[in-house]
Amino acid sequence: MSLRIRVNGAAAECRASGALWLDGARALIVADLHLEKGSAYAARGQMLPPFDTAETLSRLETEVEALDPTLVVLLGDTLHDAAAEARLAPEARARLACLANRRRLVWVLGNHDAAGPGPLPGEALADLELEGLTFVHEPRPRAAPGEVAGHLHPCAKLKGRTGRLRRRCFVTDGERIILPAFGALTGGLNIRDTAFAGLFSRAPLAGVLHGERVHPVAFAALAAD
Amino acid sequence: MPEPFAAWFAARGWTPRPHQLAVLAEARAGRHALLIAPTGGGKTLAGFLPSLVELAGRPPRRPGEAGARGLHTLYISPLKALAVDVERNLLAPVTQMGLSIAIESRTGDTGVGRRERQRRAPPDILLTTPEQLALFLAWEGARSYFADLRRVVIDEVHALWPSKRGDLLALGLARLSALAPDMTLIGLSATVAEPGLIQDWLSPDPARPVSLVRGAGGAPPVVDLLLSQGRVPWVGHTAHHAMAEVYDAIRQARSALVFVNTRFQAEFAFQELWRLNEDNLPIALHHGSLAAEQRRKVEAAMSRGELRAVVCTSTLDLGVDWGDVDLVIQVATPKGASRMVQRIGRANHRLDEASRALFVPANRFEMLECQAAREAIAESAFDHERPRQGALDVLAQHLMGLTCSEPCDPDALYEEVRNAGPYASLERSGFDAALDLAATGGYALRAYDRFARIVRRSDGRLVARNRETVLRHRLNVGAIVSAAMLAVRVVSAKGGRKIGPQTRGGRKIGEVEEGYLDVLEIGDTFVFAGQTWRLEGVTGTEVLVSPAPGEEARMPSWGGSKFALSTFLAAKVRAMMSDESRWSALPADVAEWLGLQRERSIIPAPDEMLVETFPHGQRHFLVAYPFEGRLAHTTLCMLLTRRLERLRVGPVGFVCNDYALAIWTVRDLANLDMDALFEEDMLGDDLEAWLDESPLMKSAFKACALISGLIERRFAGGEKTSRQVNISTDLIYEVLRRHQSDHLLLRCAREDAAQGMIDIARLADLLCRIRGKIRHQALERLSPFSVSVIAEIGRQASPGQSAASLILEDASAGYDAQRWTQDLIARAVGDERMDIGNAEQSGP
Repeated sequence: MSLRIRVNGAAAECRASGALWLDGARALIVADLHLEKGSAYAARGQMLPPFDTAETLSRLETEVEALDPTLVVLLGDTLHDAAAEARLAPEARARLACLANRRRLVWVLGNHDAAGPGPLPGEALADLELEGLTFVHEPRPRAAPGEVAGHLHPCAKLKGRTGRLRRRCFVTDGERIILPAFGALTGGLNIRDTAFAGLFSRAPLAGVLHGERVHPVAFAALAAD
Repeated sequence: MPEPFAAWFAARGWTPRPHQLAVLAEARAGRHALLIAPTGGGKTLAGFLPSLVELAGRPPRRPGEAGARGLHTLYISPLKALAVDVERNLLAPVTQMGLSIAIESRTGDTGVGRRERQRRAPPDILLTTPEQLALFLAWEGARSYFADLRRVVIDEVHALWPSKRGDLLALGLARLSALAPDMTLIGLSATVAEPGLIQDWLSPDPARPVSLVRGAGGAPPVVDLLLSQGRVPWVGHTAHHAMAEVYDAIRQARSALVFVNTRFQAEFAFQELWRLNEDNLPIALHHGSLAAEQRRKVEAAMSRGELRAVVCTSTLDLGVDWGDVDLVIQVATPKGASRMVQRIGRANHRLDEASRALFVPANRFEMLECQAAREAIAESAFDHERPRQGALDVLAQHLMGLTCSEPCDPDALYEEVRNAGPYASLERSGFDAALDLAATGGYALRAYDRFARIVRRSDGRLVARNRETVLRHRLNVGAIVSAAMLAVRVVSAKGGRKIGPQTRGGRKIGEVEEGYLDVLEIGDTFVFAGQTWRLEGVTGTEVLVSPAPGEEARMPSWGGSKFALSTFLAAKVRAMMSDESRWSALPADVAEWLGLQRERSIIPAPDEMLVETFPHGQRHFLVAYPFEGRLAHTTLCMLLTRRLERLRVGPVGFVCNDYALAIWTVRDLANLDMDALFEEDMLGDDLEAWLDESPLMKSAFKACALISGLIERRFAGGEKTSRQVNISTDLIYEVLRRHQSDHLLLRCAREDAAQGMIDIARLADLLCRIRGKIRHQALERLSPFSVSVIAEIGRQASPGQSAASLILEDASAGYDAQRWTQDLIARAVGDERMDIGNAEQSGP
């Protein structure tokens, strides 16, 4: 079950997968895929599972099949590092090519993949404007309303009578939104962290991902780490 | 007994004990030995006599010969403190006999200079821990260092063998046997039910059997039971009612150890005893969360005989001898007969005098349990254990270590590993899987072969990839994985100084697990290390507190006892309960309580399980009494709940204690077919489905990933906080489950969870035992027995997946899709406003 919200007036749907769906523009936005993170660690001697790219692409394909977007925006840090493109398995390349088939695929560039997607399909942009929204990788303090960003890997911590819970989440104040990291092996930063201060004009709402649902939770109900 | 040893014994008026001579004879014959003797029997000396005799007989070192001799004897102890203490105790006879034998200890605390020197010029006898041995064996000089090794003495082997630490040590012993084939082992153990398990663990090779040597039993301990006539509570774990009697017992003793089962109970008992302490007796506190320095101070004061009592947890189960202790008090139940005998053995380390102990049951069921434990001790009966199967994550770490040491032939390595007790029946496929786990992560998708940490040379031998791989391995050696700890430090709260991420605390008073603070808010006061503190803030790795003397304080619970009631003791409790002739040994109020239960419900026969159903409040209750320990009960509740959901009776929640479990539902349960409900097939798919989703599996997986080296707990530059590790291990777990559900680490984690955390084996035994033996009583109201478990409601969280949903339901309650914007505004103008602008901007 998604969470339907408005961002700077545009109708948006926070999906349980962590993707954002703009019905008007038929646009699917995902942030921080960090493809080939596993192999980046393996190259340094930590053998994280080599399945992260396949897993992340499967999740993305599921959303594309369900929604049939005309535009897919990869909101930066799509590749984990500069050498990640070279490490992609042929199968992963083919799947990325399929994604760009019959639709526009935009790579907004991030700090991890500033060099761009190389020979991979799609257009590389520093930012993208659409329906009063600005798509960038890194959220900017005091940005104009309408900013859609990633980069911070927001996550929410909740304390209850029966324990605690830490989950990836969307964060929005209604004027701008930060997306959770979509990648299979990407960690999270608590949205009570100081890195989020100054990014919102008022206490934001967290859309907390849990199973098939996105739970709206007021900022005041969240715990710090 | 050769000279000068015979003279040394004679000069003290001692005669060597038969078991000391027997161990000496076994060692001379080149045989491994396991010595089982109670404390106070000269066990440590027995372990070292063969080495001392051999070393005394060697021609003296010529000047300038230093370093030409290799290490003769390696002593391994589970405790650093014990290694250091034994060093001190061993030096005395060596000096008195004028022997030229170099004895040194080596622990994690040993300085760099001394460690370096110990490598260059080995002492004759080195005293150390299993982790240090693993580090030694990952060193390139290991082969020549241990070439002259004659003997390995393993102390407290009963505490080491049935654990992953034991697995690592067994692998280390197999390695030492390969490096020094003539080396003999001496295991030193407290009394156990089945010595054969330890003999097989020490050496599974039929060509090198382990001789069993038994020391004479000491005087049987005198164990009293505090009856607290008329005041034994129905429920509770603190024994609050008995503290005045405990205090009196301390006052009458020379020096007492007061054992409790949890740190919460330790803090509580300590507070209560000091409240009563009119005589200002020196009473101290000792538990695993206190700063190491603080614990050492208490231990030192104890060995100087300055303390009248120490309230302690299992941290003092093992340890150095304190001659002055003449009374052991066990508050709340011991949970197992063997552990209790160990604890009682801490009193009066003289064989000819009886140890004295006092049991203080905290409630009526515990009264039965304590009485059962007394009988077990009197009969010298002990809890039974299961043979140990070595864990493959530990094997992966060991194999990585060996390839750091030198190039290894894989076939020879496989044979060597099977010479370790827990791995004696290891299949080649298991060995290969562990090796692959260490080398490339053990993935079906061969994506990482080019990054392998272990590479095959052209001669077929295996070796660590490079220097960096070796260094990183050495930082991560060990099989103890504990929850990430936060240091508790004192800050001065004067001047209204703001606590921020940059605040650094002062004196460290102890450590707590990360989750411990979840029940506290900033500003709350709580009891820790025997004092009251105010929580001032939490930074990355530190909990900052300020003193708050005299304030009303909370005492956060660390949860129940980590020990489960042993099967053996549980059976004794059931037998005692059903035999009315034995009730007379119990206080009158407890016997009355049993009588009341018989009247209102029934008391089941020892081989039966009682199930009661009754309405209570708005709900219907099912209470069962398996007596199998909290772990097994919790698992059983999870599985029963799934089944009750399918039966559409609307299960709402459950609680457990060591004796019973209670499940409450929306609809009546009285007409359920109990035999069908407890049918054994629940251990199939339901179990697997639940387990894979459970937090238990995730924490088991994390431990396995750390031990195997898949995830590093330390890297140059500091230890990862568990938050960093947590993120990755939970995500890794999920990804692995979806893409390679038979991955070796998932299998290891499932086994660990099934063994240690949810007690599947025990649950299976129970379901088999009660088949056709369930006595169902449909009652009109709750029974006397059921009170003990029903009272737990509200004090325990229900574990499991539903907990996560509950937290989220709580958090988003009151949410209205149309009104969230207005809500936000309302909150924003209130005091919920974010502190915007002050904080520095920083990216991840």
